[in-house]
Amino acid sequence: MTAMLKYVLQDVLRARFVIFYTTFMLAVTILLFQIDGDSAKVVASLLNVALLVIPLVSIVFTTIHYFNSYEFILLLMAQPINRKSVFLSQYLGVATSLCLSVLIGIGLPALVFGAVSQVLPLLVNSLFITIIFVSLGFLASSLTRDKAKAIGISLLFWFYFTLIYDGLLLWVIYTFNDYPLELPTLILSGLNPIDLSRILMLLSMDISTLMGYTGAFFKSFFGSNLGMIYAFGVLSLWAVWPLLLALRRFKQNDL
Amino acid sequence: MKIFFILSVFLTASFATTATTLVVRDKLFSKAIQSAKPGDTLIIKPGYYKPRNVIINKPLTIIGEGMPTIDGENKYELFTITAKRVTIQGIRFINTGKSTTLDFAAIKAYDADGLCVLNNRIIDAYFGIHISNTSHATIVKNYISRTSTENSETSIGNAIHLWKSDHALIEQNRVSNHRDGIYFEFVTNSIIKKNHSEKNLRYGLHFMFSNQDQYIDNEFVNNGAGVAVMYTHSVTMTGNLFANNWGASAYGLLLKDIRDSEVNHNRFINNTMGIYMEGSSRINFRNNEFNGNGYALRIQASCDQNVFEKNNLKANTFDIATNGSMVLNTFEKNYWDKYEGYDLNKDGFGDTFYRPVNLYSMIVERIPVSILLWRSFMVFLLDRAEKNFPAITPENLLDNKPSMKPYDFVSSRK
Repeated sequence: MTAMLKYVLQDVLRARFVIFYTTFMLAVTILLFQIDGDSAKVVASLLNVALLVIPLVSIVFTTIHYFNSYEFILLLMAQPINRKSVFLSQYLGVATSLCLSVLIGIGLPALVFGAVSQVLPLLVNSLFITIIFVSLGFLASSLTRDKAKAIGISLLFWFYFTLIYDGLLLWVIYTFNDYPLELPTLILSGLNPIDLSRILMLLSMDISTLMGYTGAFFKSFFGSNLGMIYAFGVLSLWAVWPLLLALRRFKQNDL
Repeated sequence: MKIFFILSVFLTASFATTATTLVVRDKLFSKAIQSAKPGDTLIIKPGYYKPRNVIINKPLTIIGEGMPTIDGENKYELFTITAKRVTIQGIRFINTGKSTTLDFAAIKAYDADGLCVLNNRIIDAYFGIHISNTSHATIVKNYISRTSTENSETSIGNAIHLWKSDHALIEQNRVSNHRDGIYFEFVTNSIIKKNHSEKNLRYGLHFMFSNQDQYIDNEFVNNGAGVAVMYTHSVTMTGNLFANNWGASAYGLLLKDIRDSEVNHNRFINNTMGIYMEGSSRINFRNNEFNGNGYALRIQASCDQNVFEKNNLKANTFDIATNGSMVLNTFEKNYWDKYEGYDLNKDGFGDTFYRPVNLYSMIVERIPVSILLWRSFMVFLLDRAEKNFPAITPENLLDNKPSMKPYDFVSSRK
């Protein structure tokens, strides 16, 4: 498995797209730091990148990568290797290299501009989102055998988590406005990894606005150890369940 | 235990040059005051005194030498001043009594025109300095605080409390951990200058019905609900700092029913709400700095004819929130960090207007829990659409001449 992982890693890291993605992130982050010396504002702008670009790139790249290396996977299948380790080496290869891109793209400039402590929460969230959307990318790939269709499903996932879900949530909040909504929204936000990491970021960024009742409720929840365990537990769950589902389909389906 | 101490009394009648030093015992503290003649100076030697309630009913100058301590044993009011032209200086007051019916204070004065309170330390008092019906009171360089952690508004009084007075000067005092740091009611023509008010349970500064007052270069930090100014006209607030007032109902500055006033050169930093105003008219806000607030300004629709000019608004989550569509206030030449316009004729002001009210701030106003979707991509799209074609936000609330660059207030004021 380590040999396969090494091979996948080499393959992915050499891909022009990953190099381009890393350079893009690096350029955006450096540019933001140069435009604005206030690292709080840099983090606010980077948050948009983290919540839009990172999921999109992660999920689409994963899907494309899967179908590009489809023939290689078939070749490996001909060898006496079990499907699980083939699949996991693919997953780990892609996830590791994309995480590396994020680390270099956001982490390195933060280090250079001396804003590690402000950027750190964003970096952790970005890494989680990368891992989660790589998982979802594999899930999308395992759902169909057609590359175009799989990319479509990936885009749908992305669209759903960044836009549609929030629209639905806003509708729920609007409709049930007369009821105490703190707990339901807490639960509902857990059903979308992007929302959850966005709220975690909000608590560190817009804290003065959030000091109303709602903010106090969320602050006291996520500020506690239990809340932290919950938040990162839910995020980990989001990384694991699509992967397990994809793995199951990968093991059972004809390739 | 019998405590002996020295109370030196210098009898200096207005023209006489002779001074007498007396050695008196605890219970004679009051007697020293009785035997003193109007205009005398009493010097209290260093020591620890438990004089119970001291009534000062003639013009005296009482000066502490080496910060003598006067203890109220948690039972008594300390100095009660009922005469004009009294000076209290350099004394440490501790442990006054507490009562919900009597406002026990370390220094209480009524009908005491020309009162002077300088350089005192007041620790663990119910009220620190409590003044009523007095003209020309001067309160300078006092330190008033509490060490106890008891935190109920009913069991703690105000640090500096003035009622029905005029021409007072409150300068360079440090007050903390009281109910209101500085409290004014019916106090006119007074100056509050360079005070530092911190960690008070309710307001750092609280005043009502106090016209023609000036508030200059004070710092109000970390108070439960910031600063409240109510039912007043002709107030000048200049160079004050309002910072870190956090909470569901915390404001940097609360303006309620204020008119004809000036709010210039103040800094509002990291407050849940920078300024909250309702029922206020004809106030000029110029050259103020709003930085890192949840809402920089919350202007209820009941406000009219206010002018906001040349202010800096930076890094606030929401610039302006309001609750109606009527706009009777003027915004001009402010710097908004969220402005995205251009300046073709290079006059330093943007060529297109800026709408400072964010759609989402209106939604949050109605449904607080929806703040959780803030910074979501969907909210960003909604906001963009609204910015171009306002349907919900007040269409006329705009700055026609937004400044392209932030103003430099630090050097312009010096």
